[in-house]
Amino acid sequence: MAGILGIDVGLIPLINIALAFLVSGAILWAIDVDPLEAVEIILYGAFGYDLAIGYTLYYTTNFVFTGLAVAVAFHAGLFNIGGEGQAYIGGLGVGLGILLVDNYLPFYVILPLAILLSAAFGAAWAAIPAYLQAYRGSHIVITTIMFNFIAAALMVYLMVNLLIQPGSMSPESREFAAAGQLPFMHELLGWFGIPIAPSPLNLSVVWAAICCILVWAFIWHTRWGYEVRTVGANETAAVYAGIDPRRVIMLAMCISGALAGFVGINEVMGVHHRLLLNFTAGYGFTGIAVALMGRNHPVGIVLASLLFGMLYQGGAELAFEEPKVTREMVVTIQGLVILFSGALAYMMKGPVERTYLRLFGGLQRPAAQEG
Amino acid sequence: MADFLLNLLLIFDATLRVATPLVFAAMAGLFSERSGIIDISLEGKMLAAAFAAAATAAVTGSAWLALGAGIAVSVVLALLHGFACITHRGDQVVSGVAINILVSGLTVVLGTAWFARGGQTPSVSQDARFRPITLPGAEALADVPVIGALYSELISGHNLLVYLAFAAVPLTWWVVYRTRFGLRLRAVGENPGAVDTAGISVAFLRYRAVLCAGLLCGFAGTYLSIGQNAAFVREMTAGQGYIALAALIFGKWRPLPAMLACLMFGFLDAVAIRLQGVVVPVIGPIPVQLIQALPYVLTVVLLAGFIGRAVAPKAIGKAYVKER
Repeated sequence: MAGILGIDVGLIPLINIALAFLVSGAILWAIDVDPLEAVEIILYGAFGYDLAIGYTLYYTTNFVFTGLAVAVAFHAGLFNIGGEGQAYIGGLGVGLGILLVDNYLPFYVILPLAILLSAAFGAAWAAIPAYLQAYRGSHIVITTIMFNFIAAALMVYLMVNLLIQPGSMSPESREFAAAGQLPFMHELLGWFGIPIAPSPLNLSVVWAAICCILVWAFIWHTRWGYEVRTVGANETAAVYAGIDPRRVIMLAMCISGALAGFVGINEVMGVHHRLLLNFTAGYGFTGIAVALMGRNHPVGIVLASLLFGMLYQGGAELAFEEPKVTREMVVTIQGLVILFSGALAYMMKGPVERTYLRLFGGLQRPAAQEG
Repeated sequence: MADFLLNLLLIFDATLRVATPLVFAAMAGLFSERSGIIDISLEGKMLAAAFAAAATAAVTGSAWLALGAGIAVSVVLALLHGFACITHRGDQVVSGVAINILVSGLTVVLGTAWFARGGQTPSVSQDARFRPITLPGAEALADVPVIGALYSELISGHNLLVYLAFAAVPLTWWVVYRTRFGLRLRAVGENPGAVDTAGISVAFLRYRAVLCAGLLCGFAGTYLSIGQNAAFVREMTAGQGYIALAALIFGKWRPLPAMLACLMFGFLDAVAIRLQGVVVPVIGPIPVQLIQALPYVLTVVLLAGFIGRAVAPKAIGKAYVKER
């Protein structure tokens, strides 16, 4: 039944995404916006000129981090809704580290330090729910949701009371010194004589690419990754095979939290160059849609991230061109993608397989229809 | 002293008002989760109902039509949740997250397109809201020392939905523990196989459970936008659906303890607003954020089994597959 298998991994996900976009189009149509025109504006707004491409790739960077984070947890059978909080705390780690040392250390020391800190803080914020799931039996979904809110409250407290720049009205820290700033891609390419328009795209996009390869290698080519997948597929079997699921839960969640924490590198060190509130802007939740759409594989995640990067940047352009549309249209699409490729993932399986068999499966017995 | 008591009375008064949507939503969650369906989407259903109610009230000027619209939208979302989780055996958490994200985007998109106020609805006139009800005898009793103040300040003078919320608790208890439907509801959350063997449809039972959840979330959302406030504001639920979920867990999936947890969380919220900027001699200014985060922290601690033990319905989160 190779044909059926191909349908499962190839055709059905595409149909689900198409359904999500179809409903999105219907919503646009319902508020008197021509969906095709909207697609045109989004595509041009996302890829039409090099400034737009810069923004698209900058959003993509965030989604790669959060998408990989959700995916690694999914491989262990865990649903990490806490990407938002982990990214927030990861950014806090980056900011605190840089604020302490940026006047004393050079860039090439600060960069690895910042990566380490974002990973450590993000992982620590994921480790508590992981510990509670593994050793105390509380449900990881509920605890990670709670930790998102706790992270938000903690950040407001720290920013308003402790980290605010003295004399400043808005709760922001002081700007990092030059050694604590990640170079923008337009600066970096400028040094090599390649001129591109200034955008928030920075060096962390390279780190995102490296992370994709690292995650791919970890999940499919290491012993630990094998253990993670085994626990995710069948916990009982994993125990029989001598794998300790509790340890695997801790491992997978810490890696997941670390990956989410890297959003802090992009946002805090790469774009804002200071600690501030709400820099995560829902990227952690978008990671859920990205991971579901990308089928938890780095290649799929990169493609899904690009799509959402395009929607974020193009959606901003659309909101600018069409006063009737707001940027929240992208959030709506995100919800629809999670609905169709996540919750309703198997809705189309039966009908599609029946159609396939009717068209190409003339020789198969009718019993094979209930795939 | 009298000043302090009056302040306390006002805080309790505010507690009731803040706790009302939590109580509705917690009872909603109770129906759903007791039947084995995790309901993360309390937040989304409340938000959608709040928007539908405010939009309807703004256009028609009728609070009752608004309540109907709020309930209808919430029920539709509940059925969507059921369609994904019961009919197609999708992941219940994923479905809940999808609904929450979808609603948080869609309310703003539709609100902006329809009312052109950046996602807000026009403010609703007094006639189109649920207004405070003065209970009989409240004014006559107001001068009686203790009871009078309690009755006229604390108990009287809320709108209909507040009283409905607290009436929903004993009603929920009665339905869940004293009716045949309730018995089956609890059974299907613990052991759906046994319910199926008894010849009762698991799917139909669970659909009715999520329907009850949708109904109650409709009340919660309507209260937010046209009871407590006079318009819909984007993201106006602000995590209250999750707090209600936390209260439900805190109350160990039982009606009365869940209501008490809602009251406690509501009290924390009411106190936090009043403590803004208050300086305590030794400690310094009270970190309001800490009080606001307390419901979440307490729930995590409870779930970790450090205070008591919260045991979820046994079959929660698992789709029922008939015949293997």
